[in-house]
Amino acid sequence: MNTEEILEKINEILVDEFEVDAEVISPESNLKDTLGLDSLDYVDLVVTIEANFGVKLGEADFVGIATFQDFYNLIETKIQNKN
Amino acid sequence: MDRRVVITGMGIYSCIGTSLEEVKQSLYEGKSGIVYDEERKEFGFQSAISGMVPKPDLKNLLSRRQRISVGEETEYAYMATIEALKNAKIEDSYFDENEVGILYGNDSVSKAIIEATDIIREKKDTALIGSGAIFKSMNSTVTMNLSTIFRLRGVNMTISAACASGSHSIGLGFLLIKQGMQDMIICGGAQEINKYAMASFDGLGVFSPNEQEPAKASRPFDAGRDGLVPSGGGATLIIESYESAVKRGAPIIAEIIGYGFSSNGGHISTPNVEGPATAMRRALEQAGVHPSEVGYINAHATSTPLGDANEAKAIHEVFGESNPHVSSTKSMTGHECWMAGASEVIYSTIMMQNDFIAPNINFENPDEDSQKLNIATETVNKKFDIYLSNSFGFGGTNSAVVVKKFKE
Repeated sequence: MNTEEILEKINEILVDEFEVDAEVISPESNLKDTLGLDSLDYVDLVVTIEANFGVKLGEADFVGIATFQDFYNLIETKIQNKN
Repeated sequence: MDRRVVITGMGIYSCIGTSLEEVKQSLYEGKSGIVYDEERKEFGFQSAISGMVPKPDLKNLLSRRQRISVGEETEYAYMATIEALKNAKIEDSYFDENEVGILYGNDSVSKAIIEATDIIREKKDTALIGSGAIFKSMNSTVTMNLSTIFRLRGVNMTISAACASGSHSIGLGFLLIKQGMQDMIICGGAQEINKYAMASFDGLGVFSPNEQEPAKASRPFDAGRDGLVPSGGGATLIIESYESAVKRGAPIIAEIIGYGFSSNGGHISTPNVEGPATAMRRALEQAGVHPSEVGYINAHATSTPLGDANEAKAIHEVFGESNPHVSSTKSMTGHECWMAGASEVIYSTIMMQNDFIAPNINFENPDEDSQKLNIATETVNKKFDIYLSNSFGFGGTNSAVVVKKFKE
């Protein structure tokens, strides 16, 4: 899976899981505010990422994650480390 | 303080209909909601027949966050509750301006617990269960979710009393309103329908083995009865003080006038005669009603040999020669368990509103005990003003509720 495919897949599962319009997602926008995430939603974010990419996110992984781009980078790094 | 308590809204999601109108028709026609479920047979059930309801589509009714915490029993309870609120003419904004409580019967969350546990077994990591699991896996899941969805600020708890849960929820709500502690309470009962919920019950060998003729399997009081048929869904009643109903110009459907309870003090699953008789007597006493004034008894009778026999004895003991019409609507619905006490008050109220008594279908031959009762074998077109509804459960918990046609 290349960077572009990972990004597309992440957007697809976020739209599906959090029921937002695909248009509201852009690399620079804020992940938490755009998706309307509360503390419980982060639990579901971890579940859906694991189910789709086979990587586990911990609380520490979210430190410093503000934008969608930050999140894409995080997942890509996790996938690379797994492989 | 001693206030009158009235029913102003009802909603039902059951195997004989998913609206009051549908259910009224089924009750009148004596229509069974029991079907054969192949999935249960493959799972290892001794008897794979059950009442079934369609899965509600909540996508356009609740937000994602709300849906994620809602399990099967709450889905049914929610559907029943929105119908009840609509009939009671209660808008969403009412809850912002008025304190409303919820007391709802529920006594299992099997599917939610098993599904969450399966994930842990597979993944070996609780972080991967998801955020909704905990809110689906607690017995109070129905009241937890509905109180949040409707922003309720009054009494808020689940009543777990086995197959009498729904009835006790109405009885306790009645007492709180009567004593002036609440003006309005959402009462009811919910019952999950899935193979996990009923497997251990089936394990006792108490379900009717008549898989060839599902509609004939539940035959309360009949001499040839051979076990109960599980079922489920959701049933909601809006009950409130007479003053509250008048103040908001609500349609008053009926008046709750008595609630009696007791515990058998005996075997965990084998019922007796004395406990149910005590609950009925207490309900009548509180209602200030003589047995001869009761026009109809909605029996608990589940179609088990001993349970029905003992209830027949208890009814005969309490009502004697006045001998009102009796039927068990479980002959059509199967045993709706935690929901039954609430749904059967709705069924009986529908009958009282529409001047008929629904038949105890499949009652073909009486036994020694049921021959003493006036069992409605077919639909009886009859006006009646007062009925009594029985509900009994494991552990010997008994509840009886007396309801009267409303008169100023």
